[in-house]
Amino acid sequence: MSDETILKVRNLSVDFPIQKSVVHAVRDVSFDLKRGETLCVVGESGSGKSVTARAILQLVAKPGAITGGQILLDTGSGEVDIVKLGSRGLAIREVRGRRIAMIFQEPMTSLSPVHTIGHQIVETILLHEKISKEEARKRAAALLGRVRIPEPEKALDRYSFEFSGGMRQRAMIAMALSCNPEILIADEPTTALDVTTQAEILSLIRELQRDRGMAVLFITHDMGVVAQIADRVMVMFRGEKVEEAGVFDLFERPQQAYTRALLGSVLKLETPAPRPPRPVAEKPIAKIENLELHFPLNAGFMGRPTNYLKAIDGVSLTINQGETVGVVGESGSGKTTLGRTLLRVYDPTGGQVMYWPSNGEPVDIATLNKAGMKSLYGEVRMVFQDPHSSLNPRMTIYQTISEPLRTNTDMTERQMMDRVSELLSRVGLPPDIGDRYPHAFSGGQRQRISIARAVAVRPRLIIADEPTSALDVSLRHQVLDLMRDLQTEYGLSYLFISHDISVIRYFCDRVAVMKNGKIVEVGDVVQICERPQHEYTQNLIGAVPRPDPRLRADAPQ
Amino acid sequence: MLIFILKRVAGMIPAMFAISILAFTVIQLPPGDYVSTYAAQIAQTGEAVDSAVLANLRERYGLGENVAVQYFKWIGGIARGDFGQSFEWNQPVTELVWGRMGMTALISFLTLITMWAVSLPIGIISAVRQYSVIDYLTTTFAFLATAVPEFLVAIVLLYISTMWFGVSVGGLFSPAFENAPFSLAKVLDFLQHAWIPILVIGLGSTAALTRIMRANLLDELHKPYVEAARAKGLPEGRLVLTYPVRVALNPFISTIGWVLPALISGELIVSTVLNLPTAGPLLLQALKSQDMYLAGAFILLTGGLVLIGTLISDILLAISDPRIRLS
Repeated sequence: MSDETILKVRNLSVDFPIQKSVVHAVRDVSFDLKRGETLCVVGESGSGKSVTARAILQLVAKPGAITGGQILLDTGSGEVDIVKLGSRGLAIREVRGRRIAMIFQEPMTSLSPVHTIGHQIVETILLHEKISKEEARKRAAALLGRVRIPEPEKALDRYSFEFSGGMRQRAMIAMALSCNPEILIADEPTTALDVTTQAEILSLIRELQRDRGMAVLFITHDMGVVAQIADRVMVMFRGEKVEEAGVFDLFERPQQAYTRALLGSVLKLETPAPRPPRPVAEKPIAKIENLELHFPLNAGFMGRPTNYLKAIDGVSLTINQGETVGVVGESGSGKTTLGRTLLRVYDPTGGQVMYWPSNGEPVDIATLNKAGMKSLYGEVRMVFQDPHSSLNPRMTIYQTISEPLRTNTDMTERQMMDRVSELLSRVGLPPDIGDRYPHAFSGGQRQRISIARAVAVRPRLIIADEPTSALDVSLRHQVLDLMRDLQTEYGLSYLFISHDISVIRYFCDRVAVMKNGKIVEVGDVVQICERPQHEYTQNLIGAVPRPDPRLRADAPQ
Repeated sequence: MLIFILKRVAGMIPAMFAISILAFTVIQLPPGDYVSTYAAQIAQTGEAVDSAVLANLRERYGLGENVAVQYFKWIGGIARGDFGQSFEWNQPVTELVWGRMGMTALISFLTLITMWAVSLPIGIISAVRQYSVIDYLTTTFAFLATAVPEFLVAIVLLYISTMWFGVSVGGLFSPAFENAPFSLAKVLDFLQHAWIPILVIGLGSTAALTRIMRANLLDELHKPYVEAARAKGLPEGRLVLTYPVRVALNPFISTIGWVLPALISGELIVSTVLNLPTAGPLLLQALKSQDMYLAGAFILLTGGLVLIGTLISDILLAISDPRIRLS
């Protein structure tokens, strides 16, 4: 690695005027990027890391604007200040895509849906180089081959929606590399991908970087990813640079309090939380047996469809009282569908789900009638992934939390008000916020409100579908600890659905690994995480980036 | 692609059947029939009405028969290209209808093209320069144009051109060309007259389409693929036209489906006010006098015109959007 600096950012500030005030998204940030190195910019949402990356290409969205500082790019024949180039004009367009290329977080939407992959890559090449269309096409095919897209010639004429997320991100990388840029800016390029796909994309970026001696500015919130790929790390918090250090120094000798707290909350999830002792005799609360949910794929001319999407394909799983059962799997594995089928959002096409209510005989949820389901909603509740869309923006917090009480109990208004304020303080929120609306709260607070709504009717089983995925890492263990406390207090059982192994390991007693609608492995969480038996589980666990740079293949001893 | 078109065409058949039933029901709905209207007209002039003559008339037109029988007689004739006989004009409906429907189709088509040609660029400009002076101006104008009834615009235009400029703007041809054979001079004369109905009929929908284009494009302008395309160094103008506008065009194209009926019903009123030789005024007259075969033919053909418009918009959509073509 040469020590030659290619990009110097000096005292960069970016402001967003919002109504009458100004948000300082980036404040006085300086850093250097050397040829051939990977600099990771890490921080939680709102830390200004993405805005910094965009400022380098003059892509800051209006009304935001660079208000100060310099971005000096070494062009080989002297330095150019990108800030002075402005956001339009030939000079900045010569930098974009040619010298500095960028890949984005959302592979699903970063490629145009109405142009072929080939068109988009060839266009980039022709913008910057004077070569014929045929040559450009040849190079595009070679690039697609390089990022390991099968049948690159054919792939050129296909559309982005015909590819999976991982393939789209590969195509996006091919497009970014098409003009041999000296700097690649990657803005959370793997956040929207499954862990196994993430591992592939990360190693691809690393490999291409070595081949080309490219500098990579890698934006991420995931300390595991940082530990895997960074040479140096810059930590940002609320628009300011907190700390900059080599990756080993940062993980082993963090200097700043914020960095230590950030690493602390990551490492906290690396070890399981203390669990309440389990009763010796396990009593089941729900027993899923051979559950099937098949969606017909074709209408079937005159009669039965011939082809089915087997969303759930013969799943059996037992949840005991007071137990937390995790369901882990990649997108499309059927884990979310399983959770929803248990509450009959979908009607299962086969199998049964026995549930033991607090009083009375066990019932089969799979075939239960409407009245039966209604009384069940007082005992089984759900917590959703996205705290921004799972709360009705037109309902106050009081209305939201009291709604299940209204439909499932016959409490008076007075009693409900008492219960709601008690619940609010129980989940760590001020009890007097009942008349406010969800938009006044942050993601973590909203998820607490969702949890309060779920436990309002004193349920016995909660199905939690990725309840921490939309939250910053420092909030994750707080929400999980809250759920754990409520479990001890109310004797709750959880079915905890997540794609995140570290969260599962932290929170669950047992875990089921799902793939293509089937459970491939069930067992104690420690056993699954440390000694997985099934090959798929081994791959899944192996692909999770661990927040320890010493585990890297290229780590110095 | 061919299968896609065939499927859509096949889908039109039941729709057309439904329209025919609807058209028939609509013309049967008012109490009485053509004969009773005819009798009332004669009674108004003060003459005595012979009930034997009326019964004879009913017999001749098959008006006394069962409704279902009447429907099948009617639709069976249409299948053979015979739309029946107009009571009022005493002519085969076919002769009356085609020229008028042709004019309606022509005016609607020209209006549609004009609407797109005007609203597309304006919509794009007012989205790209959101909250600029141009945006506010077009927005104000668009709201005004949507709110003012078309017939009022027609009357005001008539007034202005007649009183201030002394030009007669009614009709689609000058009297000299009314029955002249097709020639370049006639086309020019037509265009001189046609801009007024096109302007009047298209005004409201053009304004609405401008707003739709603006809203569509505003949705697309901040999508990640636009930013990604900008990051590869595309010039701004080319970027906007080749990426977000391409995607925003889809809902725009599918507006044919609702714009066409709006155009045709707007055309009815405007044509009556402006005295145009299109289907509208004749349909109105036929409905008033319960000339059921004539009215039925117009309603049916108008419905057909809308279906064809929808088919065209479906095909255009499939051409412009691979997601529709390939799924």
